[in-house]
Amino acid sequence: MNPKSANVGIVIVSHSPLVAQGAADMVRQMVGDCVPLAWSGGNAEGGLGTNAAGILAAIEQAWSEAGVAVFVDLGGAETNSEMAIELLGEPRSKRVVICDAPLVEGAVIAAAEASGGAALSRVIATAEELSP
Amino acid sequence: MFVEPRTQALIGGLIEACRAVITANADHLSELDRAIGDGDHGTNMRRGCEAVYAERDRIMALPLPQALEQIGFTLVMSIGGAAGPLYGTLLIEIGRQMGKNGEHAGFPRVLEYAVDAVARRGRAAAGDKTLLDVLYPVYAEVLRRSDLAGIAEEAERSARLTFGMKAMRGRASFLGDRSIGHVDPGAMSCALLTAAVCRFLKEQGSA
Repeated sequence: MNPKSANVGIVIVSHSPLVAQGAADMVRQMVGDCVPLAWSGGNAEGGLGTNAAGILAAIEQAWSEAGVAVFVDLGGAETNSEMAIELLGEPRSKRVVICDAPLVEGAVIAAAEASGGAALSRVIATAEELSP
Repeated sequence: MFVEPRTQALIGGLIEACRAVITANADHLSELDRAIGDGDHGTNMRRGCEAVYAERDRIMALPLPQALEQIGFTLVMSIGGAAGPLYGTLLIEIGRQMGKNGEHAGFPRVLEYAVDAVARRGRAAAGDKTLLDVLYPVYAEVLRRSDLAGIAEEAERSARLTFGMKAMRGRASFLGDRSIGHVDPGAMSCALLTAAVCRFLKEQGSA
């Protein structure tokens, strides 16, 4: 689904599969196929929740040598994302960052920045400017 | 890799004891979670215990430290929610510390390290109304070499004490003062599991 890209990848993690997929749709509309993008939403049974295995798979799917920016909604999404990044293992885990930014706005603005070839640090900083 | 039958029986028994206590209390845990969270703690914990149970043959073939670490990974992958990474981290770190330090460090030191790792993972402290409010008192009992019944009792007492606490972490913290007056579901599952482990070890000891 994601073409090989030198651009930073974007991962969206929500407790709701519908929210995660919807946010990913908005990102896709904005930047097309030039940014690796994946989402994970819901628990292992498809209900509301998050799961580390699903997040790990999403990071693999959106993997880019330039790194991956992860956007999360509520607490468990962040904790599970941290766990998934650890499970990814070094050295790749060093190139995955959880962004402290609103899920939808953060992901869209980060993807726009990434689509121009910006480095991971720049992508993260741009999205985090949204946070108070 | 040869694993002593006694160790295998120990691991298998612990898996079974934890699964039984969570199965019996899953509805109660979800009910506690409905009051101050998203109502799925019992379901999530049951999913985790069932996943470990399903893998028990593979886990029991491992030496104790690696078995505990593997149980942790399975919990991370199956529980979901914040409880997955927290319980997963606890088991993974206990296993890793046991493996690293062999028998020399002693269990209190191993447990201290693992509980601190859980606190870092959850960015939580004592008094935040989380499972740490059971883990820290349990660690204190282990440190002063209380007997198994004493440790179990302290775990259950500590869980009840979260009733009066205001949640500072997790979904319950969104409720602010309204989180006071409910037992924390994570603390309760932690107390139930601790008590089940203690009961099992006591039976093993007296057998």
